[in-house]
Amino acid sequence: MATPDRVSYWNKTKSLMFVMLGLWVFFGYVIHMFVEQLNTIVIFGFPLGFYMAAQGSLIAFVVMLFWFARRQNAIDEEHHVNEE
Amino acid sequence: MANTTATTAGGGDFTSNLGRIYGIYTGGFIAFIILMAILSALGVENVVIGYLFMGFTIVIYAVIGVLSRTMHVGEYYVAGRRVPALYNGMATGADWMSAASFIGMAGSLYLLGYDGLGFVLGWTGGYVLVAILVAPYLRKFGAYTVPDFLSARYGGNLARLIGVVVLFSCSFTYVVAQIFGTGLISARFLGIDFNVAVYVGLAGILVCSMLGGMRAVTWTQVAQYIVLIIAYLIPVIWMSTVKTGVPIPQLMQGQALANITALETAQGITVHHITPFVHGGYDAKNYFLLILCLMVGTASLPHVLMRYFTTPSVREARVSVAWSLLFIFILYFTAPAYAAFAKWTMLDLVASGLTPENIGEKAGWMMRWAAADNTLVQICGKAATDTAAIVAACAEKGVTALSFADINLNADMIVLATPEMAGMPYVISGLVAAGGLAAALSTADGLLLAIANALSHDIYYKMIDQNAPTSRRLIVSRILLVMVAVLAAYVASTKPSDILSMVSWAFSLAAGGLFPALVLGVWWKRANSAGAVAGMIAGFGITIFYLVMTQYGADFDKATPNMELWWGVKNISSAAFGLPVGFAVMIIVSLLTKAPSRDMQDFIEEIRVPRGKQMMEEKIA
Repeated sequence: MATPDRVSYWNKTKSLMFVMLGLWVFFGYVIHMFVEQLNTIVIFGFPLGFYMAAQGSLIAFVVMLFWFARRQNAIDEEHHVNEE
Repeated sequence: MANTTATTAGGGDFTSNLGRIYGIYTGGFIAFIILMAILSALGVENVVIGYLFMGFTIVIYAVIGVLSRTMHVGEYYVAGRRVPALYNGMATGADWMSAASFIGMAGSLYLLGYDGLGFVLGWTGGYVLVAILVAPYLRKFGAYTVPDFLSARYGGNLARLIGVVVLFSCSFTYVVAQIFGTGLISARFLGIDFNVAVYVGLAGILVCSMLGGMRAVTWTQVAQYIVLIIAYLIPVIWMSTVKTGVPIPQLMQGQALANITALETAQGITVHHITPFVHGGYDAKNYFLLILCLMVGTASLPHVLMRYFTTPSVREARVSVAWSLLFIFILYFTAPAYAAFAKWTMLDLVASGLTPENIGEKAGWMMRWAAADNTLVQICGKAATDTAAIVAACAEKGVTALSFADINLNADMIVLATPEMAGMPYVISGLVAAGGLAAALSTADGLLLAIANALSHDIYYKMIDQNAPTSRRLIVSRILLVMVAVLAAYVASTKPSDILSMVSWAFSLAAGGLFPALVLGVWWKRANSAGAVAGMIAGFGITIFYLVMTQYGADFDKATPNMELWWGVKNISSAAFGLPVGFAVMIIVSLLTKAPSRDMQDFIEEIRVPRGKQMMEEKIA
């Protein structure tokens, strides 16, 4: 079962997962810890810190998921484990 | 066996025509709104418009339910596994966005300002975890229910049973909130007593989910998504256009925020809408813990995960998570704008010079809501049922000019009342009611189905009678569905808490009970049966203990003093304790006991790759 190709597949899948997890931590938590500082920047009436929680992080999550679906699919095909 | 590949010539007729079918449906719904507007202009009474909106939409859902009824096991449990990614995304959107999102969230954002955004973040970011950690692997396994997976991975019925207990607890809490929401809408818009209204809401829910299992629920949910998103967007686009001249509320929210701050300053309000960590006890610690619990709960809630069992492939499951989040995002990034425009409108109203005598004339909608339920609108600390009551209450407190703080609006009514607040025609109120109903019904359907499936498939079929014929399993499932629903309606009629809190509890229960077992089950081969069982019991146990003890106390009475909060952590984030304990216990016990067998390790290898046949094949009984 654990052929070299499978091992390499799982390693790539794991790194992609950790990249996503890192981005998730950043947009889910880290950026909002600086809300007070970001709020001093105001764009179109939006304090930036408020904007990130109301819209910015949400947009990031959506984009991340479409990118992830494509990226993971490319890894599948590269290692010939995609569904026929 | 239903074919599990995408569309084939035979079964593809419906699937390939989906775009056309739902296009016609959307056009029809818009035509219906216009017809209602005309009727309203012709002088048809408001309550009739309310009945027509709610009656018509429920009939549509019922028709879809009847048309997609099924007695086939694969269709009943997983819609034949041929729901395309985009439509599954839409159905998940409706499944996901409940009364809490539609009715409760913008109201909480209105009251909590920045601190309410924790809900927005928590309920979107969790999909990242769903996509990268859980959903594609469960799809590969080919489960019918979440406990199916637990049983296969952790060998045996004990893990399955605990999974069912957690599933039941969180889904039941969640469904109570939905029935509460339908009751609230029925009470206001149909003018019936709340205690009766919850059972009326229940009837609407059962009609859709009883007949055709997952298949009927899927196609009904797509229809419900369309209704709820139209109903959510129209009032806020309206407010944005009236207030700023630009019909893009998400963009014009900036201007609304600037105006809110200016009005707050002018009225001497020191706690600003945009200031972080100052509203309703949400300090930074509670804010971030809530986000964590909601996100992790998302990736553990069985009624959400089971939606990804219906896609044709693992690949489609991943894409489907992205579509789900996109459809959810459309509502969630509008909610803060909804709250901002509603608050701006209210601050303007107060700035226009409100007194206890003239409020009845300037904002008659408050009295109508107070009449529906006397906790919804309070002015000067008393129910604002009529001008005399308001004048009396304010005289007692010595208030002559009303300030923003004197008017206390319940979070659960703000979205539903906004059309009246902003002076929109009643037809918009009817539309919003129909949208709120769609949101509550669609989620309740998904939840009841998850509960009934777990009881009929996991308990009855897998644990009690392995030889039960298909027809009997499906009948058992339907009977259980009704019993659970009636029980939930009874609990809802006791008004345990507000919608948002009840739903958040469900997330914490799911997160504490299921997340470690699901994630480590895929990502850590060393996780074994003893570890998972101990971890689930410990994580779920701590979560529910903290929740019950802080909410009700040991005597199960809300009124008497309850357990002190640990480090001031609100009980809607109970999983803040359950989650780390669950992980720790599972890891430690796993390491102390024997590693899983060679076969089990191969099984995990297989789950991790998309290629190959799904692991669990259902025999047609």
